[in-house]
Amino acid sequence: MNNITFSIKNVSKRFGTLQVLKDVTFDIPKSKVFAIIGPSGAGKSTLVRTLNGLEGIDEGEILFEGISVHQKKTDINKLRMNIGFVSQSFNLYPHLNVLSNVTLAPIHVRRIPEKEVEESARKILASLGLADKEQAYPSQLSGGQQQRVAIARAMAMEPHVILFDEPTSALDPELIKEVLDAIRQLARIGMTMVVVTHEMNFAREICDQIVFMDHGVVLEITPPKEFFSKPKTPRAKEFLSKILHH
Amino acid sequence: MYTTDWSVIVDNFPMFMKGAYLTLKISFLALVLSIPIGAAVGLCRVSRNRIVSFFAACYVEFFRGVPLLVLLMWIFFVLGRFLRLGSYWSAITGLAIFSGAFVAEIVRAGIQAIPKGQMEAARASGMTYGQAMRLVVLPQAVRKVLPPLASQFIILIKDSSLVSVISVVDLTLIGKNLVATTFRSIEIFSFIAVLYFCMTFSLSKFIAFFERRTIRE
Repeated sequence: MNNITFSIKNVSKRFGTLQVLKDVTFDIPKSKVFAIIGPSGAGKSTLVRTLNGLEGIDEGEILFEGISVHQKKTDINKLRMNIGFVSQSFNLYPHLNVLSNVTLAPIHVRRIPEKEVEESARKILASLGLADKEQAYPSQLSGGQQQRVAIARAMAMEPHVILFDEPTSALDPELIKEVLDAIRQLARIGMTMVVVTHEMNFAREICDQIVFMDHGVVLEITPPKEFFSKPKTPRAKEFLSKILHH
Repeated sequence: MYTTDWSVIVDNFPMFMKGAYLTLKISFLALVLSIPIGAAVGLCRVSRNRIVSFFAACYVEFFRGVPLLVLLMWIFFVLGRFLRLGSYWSAITGLAIFSGAFVAEIVRAGIQAIPKGQMEAARASGMTYGQAMRLVVLPQAVRKVLPPLASQFIILIKDSSLVSVISVVDLTLIGKNLVATTFRSIEIFSFIAVLYFCMTFSLSKFIAFFERRTIRE
């Protein structure tokens, strides 16, 4: 039981009359990398955002390390300390330099002494090739650098899992690799990750499971080798043929 | 034919200065009071609690909708009677309450100008709503709020001329009184207009200087 990071049980969600998640059920074990793929509007981002409670759910339950995310009595801030989140649009804090972006939450949420946080933040930044950028402000960085800072910011909290919501969608093609390399690095150290992505080669390479969604329904959960060679569902076949042969 | 005689200005110069000083003092005190009022109301206005934001909206709509002249008289003649406010504090209270409604809107606009992703990123890292506001949203909003807040101060200086109706001896009332005794209306009202302009213009130049400096930073 305690090697399950997320347990998603019969989760449904509607935006008005639009059903965005329909009876989603699966587990994400510790140290595994799950990629969520599917056509746009499939509910991928919504699903990943329900995992840390950024989105509410209408039915079902999501357990993070055994604790219900959406229950009123749950201290969501305490859970979020252990759930890193990296979004498509980086959302770095523009009024703070890179180092302060990374250290803000550990200092104020984890309440770790500033000196200690800065030391570990510098190590993380260095590991992501940002050692010389700690005094820079977000507006002075390229998109790829900004996204790597966002990853460093998530890592500095020492989370048990990191959620990525289309981490490379807002990037110029030549900047995508540096961000994917950062995520690869995390995979190597056994970080549990849930990645919404359109980068199929990347998904094939680093993921343990591919979660294929369409119209709010999880159609299949398959290891990448199998998924890309012989997908189970016709919808996945169709999707793959469209994106791999264009 | 009317021949102008500017000696009335020279002779009464210290009195004009006293009036100008009082005008500035009342405006400044009203501004200082209207900032916490406006900050509190503005924060309530963006609150997710609907009751809180409803009452904040009521405050803004009501005090924006009542003429300042009426508000000043109401505070002086109605509220002031019970609270023994006196004309000086009635004037400051009235201006502060009135200006607070506008400052609240400035604060609301400043907070709402910060992209939603900022609050989201902060909350996602485990911060409470209050921490996210204090550490992430407000420091960015303050920069957006300063320029409109400064122009609110200029408006306040001009609006403060209305306090003369509740017998606060500000620059406007000093002028009116002098006109009543010397009949030199052209000289006196022209001079007062120029004095108001000098006050607001130098303030606006000062603000422009200040803004240029913060942009450079």
